[in-house]
Amino acid sequence: MALIEFHLDPNSGVSFYVQLIQQVRQALLVGLLKPGDRLPTVKEVVAQIAINPNTVLRAYRDLEHEGVVVMRPGLGTFIAVGNATPAERSGYRVLRTEVERSIRKARAQGLDDTTIGAVFAHVLRETAREGVA
Amino acid sequence: MIAPIRATHLGKRFGKNWALKDCSLLIPPGKIAGLVGPNGAGKSTFLHLTAGLLRPTTGEVTVFGRSPQKQLLLLLDRVGFVAQDTPLYGGFTVAEMLEFGRRLNGRWDHGAVEERVRRHKIPFEQRIGQLSGGQRSRVALALALGKRPELLLLDEPVARLDPLARREFLQGLTQAVAEDGITVLLSSHVVGDLERVCDYLVIISAGRVQVAGDLEDLLNSHHLLIGPRSANGLRLPGLEVVKASHTERQSSLWVRGQVTELPDGYRESALPLEELVIAYLSAPDAAALPQPRLEEMPA
Repeated sequence: MALIEFHLDPNSGVSFYVQLIQQVRQALLVGLLKPGDRLPTVKEVVAQIAINPNTVLRAYRDLEHEGVVVMRPGLGTFIAVGNATPAERSGYRVLRTEVERSIRKARAQGLDDTTIGAVFAHVLRETAREGVA
Repeated sequence: MIAPIRATHLGKRFGKNWALKDCSLLIPPGKIAGLVGPNGAGKSTFLHLTAGLLRPTTGEVTVFGRSPQKQLLLLLDRVGFVAQDTPLYGGFTVAEMLEFGRRLNGRWDHGAVEERVRRHKIPFEQRIGQLSGGQRSRVALALALGKRPELLLLDEPVARLDPLARREFLQGLTQAVAEDGITVLLSSHVVGDLERVCDYLVIISAGRVQVAGDLEDLLNSHHLLIGPRSANGLRLPGLEVVKASHTERQSSLWVRGQVTELPDGYRESALPLEELVIAYLSAPDAAALPQPRLEEMPA
């Protein structure tokens, strides 16, 4: 049995391989995955979500490159030890609290969820572009 | 490495009509390549030529370096083909159909075929004619994979399936690719499925190849620019306009290339695969062939 299942959103505008990476990182942050845990094999993933096997492989390779996972040929892909450090977790908590506060405030001022979502996506995109430039 | 499929100036004429014209194309190994285009664009013709079921009028196609027309016997074990509407014998039971496959093929993994059919809980004693569309397509896929082909050709395999059957079929297909590393060329109208499953895309329209390349590269190199209509034309350095539409005040430009700076008042929007495909199909003269030039292709 795989520890996590992936879910793809074809309308998000985010490429599938990035979605896979995000979902592994997310699972780590919320504690669904822990160091030493085995990710689903490429075969398990494609059998579940019918996606190109190379896409899964590429996501896992990128995660390995970033030091998040270790690929052991013949054994599987494992969450690297030393991941999900307390610093990362506290960063996650701080962000979550702040986002929650912002959303509540925006709703109280009459903004609807679609607008709030669009603003978040927009700011995320804009600041990402700053980082590149 | 020898290309699974390599077409050079391939053309096919039926009477006065060219079903396929001057088609040069390379499908790299290990890809799941999607073949997309309107009805009558020449997709089936291309697949039939590649399977050795038709003879080209001009040019040639090679499969693993061999001609499917002249050297078909050398390719039979290596190439699987599922024609449109999965033609199977309706009067046969599933077990008989599998036995038929076993006796007709040299290389054959009967255990794997039975396992694939069993996995989808298809009863062996059922007649093919009584199977649901989804089950039938699963049996056809299991049969095509029975000889452990290195290249699998699928003509509209999911066209008539409901969403669940379609997903199940694609799960079976991607699983087979993950297990055996085969190269696949499949034609389909369902762009959403192609985006999920394919990593290479060929757009064919009116008998010509318009686009061929890595799916990810294609998505990264196409953008939609929206902004005020300019009276004296826009300068778009490094960009090629695939398609443009204008209102009195606004211009929408479907462009190919890397957007380094946006013209004043313009914004850039991502171009989902479906929009990309539609942009090309509605602009039949546009072409993007970021594939190796023929001279550079390995023989």
